[in-house]
Amino acid sequence: MELVLTDDQEFFRDTTRKFLGSECPIPKVRELRDNEAGFEADYWRQGAELGWVSLLVPEELGGGSVSGNGPSDLALVAHAFGFHVAPGPLIPCNVVASTLARSGSEEQQSGLLQDLISGAQVATWALTELPPHDALGDDVTVRAEADGDGYVLSGVKSPVEAGAEADQLLVTATTDAGIGQFLVPRDADGVTVTPLRSVDLVRRYARIEFDGVRVPASAVVGTPGQVADDLEHQLQIAAVVQSAEMVGAADAGFDITLDWAFSRYSFGRPLASFQEIKHRFADMKMWLEASHGLADSAARHVSRADADAAIAVSAAKAYAGQYLAELLQDCVQLHGGIGVTYEHDIHLYLRRITVDRLTYGTPADHHRRIGELRIAQAA
Amino acid sequence: MTTTTTSTSVESVEEFRLRAREWLKENFPRSENVHLPLRAAVSDEAELAAIQRQRDLQRLLFDGGFAGVCVPTEYGGLGLTPDHQRALNEESAGYEIPFLIQVPTFVPCMAVLLEFGTEEQKLEYIPPMLKGEAIWMQFLSEPSGGSDVAAALTTAVRDGDEWIVNGSKVWTTGAWFSDYGLCLLRTNWDVPKHRGLSVFIIPIHQEGIELHRIEMINGSKEFCQEFMTDVRVPDSDRVGEVDQGWTVGTRWMFHEKNAMGGGSPFVTGTLHSGVQESHDPYVDLVRATGRADDPHAQELVGEAHMLGLARSALSARISTGMRTGQMPDNSAAIARLISAVAFQRQNTISLDLAGANAAATLPGDPWAEKGFSFLERQSSGIGGGTTEMARNNISEKVLKMPREMTHDKNMPFRDVPKGPPGN
Repeated sequence: MELVLTDDQEFFRDTTRKFLGSECPIPKVRELRDNEAGFEADYWRQGAELGWVSLLVPEELGGGSVSGNGPSDLALVAHAFGFHVAPGPLIPCNVVASTLARSGSEEQQSGLLQDLISGAQVATWALTELPPHDALGDDVTVRAEADGDGYVLSGVKSPVEAGAEADQLLVTATTDAGIGQFLVPRDADGVTVTPLRSVDLVRRYARIEFDGVRVPASAVVGTPGQVADDLEHQLQIAAVVQSAEMVGAADAGFDITLDWAFSRYSFGRPLASFQEIKHRFADMKMWLEASHGLADSAARHVSRADADAAIAVSAAKAYAGQYLAELLQDCVQLHGGIGVTYEHDIHLYLRRITVDRLTYGTPADHHRRIGELRIAQAA
Repeated sequence: MTTTTTSTSVESVEEFRLRAREWLKENFPRSENVHLPLRAAVSDEAELAAIQRQRDLQRLLFDGGFAGVCVPTEYGGLGLTPDHQRALNEESAGYEIPFLIQVPTFVPCMAVLLEFGTEEQKLEYIPPMLKGEAIWMQFLSEPSGGSDVAAALTTAVRDGDEWIVNGSKVWTTGAWFSDYGLCLLRTNWDVPKHRGLSVFIIPIHQEGIELHRIEMINGSKEFCQEFMTDVRVPDSDRVGEVDQGWTVGTRWMFHEKNAMGGGSPFVTGTLHSGVQESHDPYVDLVRATGRADDPHAQELVGEAHMLGLARSALSARISTGMRTGQMPDNSAAIARLISAVAFQRQNTISLDLAGANAAATLPGDPWAEKGFSFLERQSSGIGGGTTEMARNNISEKVLKMPREMTHDKNMPFRDVPKGPPGN
């Protein structure tokens, strides 16, 4: 998280933290394990009132950022989400809201977009498909066949975050003109939603099958064959949120483990006095601070929408995914036996980092993306 | 603070930036195909020519009014702020900024003089540094120890207005072509080790100093050892108080770590590569080996680039943290650690991208240096303070964990064990 914030950003961050601290303390998160949706509708509406889904939407469309840099503001919320391992469809709602604000029709902007901002509806992005297809959407096999004025969608998307809870699905599909994006109501005919067993306690995913699902022309977002910029932006927003969220979760896991190292005694001395353990903490601190720096830098690049944004985002997502997952594994290790139990809280943070590491591109996927971009830049 | 501002109207950072941009464009060479010093397999003549070019480029910067941005004007600098320095660093990307002279001449040596030197010392020694006339070395490590730097054995004994120095310093990279050594010496054997040290300025090329060059793993002979026999140093060249050398030494180590981590306000350009940003060495390598379309090679290129970004982002964050008082000065050790860790992984990536043909090469091969550079990889985790010491610093000084136990505390240095018993 940025070390220097504006007064407004500090106030916004503190409000979000306070809300999450009171609405979803760790016992509540544990309780939500048995909640089908993983979050309560009221909670999400209250969060939306705090601005969680308005930051990437311009004021004239009913949104508004805190500092003028929406992605950096959103990263503050994401950090708090990680720190509290909070529930709620923060990533997919912001991705869809951002694209509707950029490329949505007037009807989509006055309808669904407003409901997303207010929290009245939830939407998600259906991009990733089953193996062997990649997670970054380079080989989309879900088809959208033109049919009169509308389209007919077929194929499978998985995993789709909040796929069973979302009212609307933004489906990335292949058309004869190239890639296109379509809004599909989750309860439309031909849509089969299968909830999945999630690694995270409260973040739900689903496998969604589209079997000849018919949508009208008004469901098209942007122009099929011309959505490359939207897709790139969606990926960047998802990765900015994930990077900041992983940092937040790692901050919490690190603090807990640091306390443990000072209070746990073995051989008559605190764990924190053993050089082997001190050096492990030094590495963890390095990974943590580097992840902070990269995540902040990624959010700033996306805020400015500059030419280096794609690389900055992939670097943050890949580094945090790789090294913060290791950090949390080390936190588990340093706790010993209690660390691998459900009773201890440390796994909550490992869970969140694991799903963030995996979805929207693994570290290897993002390394490759940076490599491709660097090689193309030098051409 | 080591910066002072004498003029009342300071040039704004943006004005300075634009002026630097224009001036560099008009006057400074770009960094394509530069012959860098400190490489293996280069003749001494070629090496000296490369060093002379570094000195000339520094003089060019000085004459153009862009040397010593944060150094007070009375010592030949510009008396501006770290923000101005950062602007110059950003503008200097892609130019042949003389990197050799930045470390250790400006940091830590000049930084130490600015903090602890007498007015006379600063007036005498700093302007030649900024003009590229004087290259300085750190005389710290000794054959008996490196990380335990306060256990220096090389001794200065007072003789009237002079000191007489005997002993040996080692691992000075490039001392053979350098001019001065900032030297940590023992001045008292009868007190605990930290309380018996003093710091001196010593010209390297003088009678009484015998300089040997040491071959490194990669074939270069930049490492040096200096044998000092009855070297006479005037007391006016002592930096800081007698026996208070560790007060100087602590700040000395801070400046060194800060430079290694990329956070020093006295460094122009970036230290991580002499040739900056104008081309990507990993991309060059996959092109040269015909693997630009290979997904695995692309992954490695991306990982290497990511690590570079991680190093810069961390360094910027630590600088901000220290500047705003949110992080202790010892946080510079975090940036120092990643500078080695990231570099070492990048170095291994280069090796693997080069492949089998890096094992044995002809001079013109694009991958000719990669195998030899890999052999020398750990230098990055040793020079400038080892990564082990950095990890101690981070855990003890930043995270406040208990300090390592030592066996020399409160013991007169004379009595401290210096080898196995019976020797």
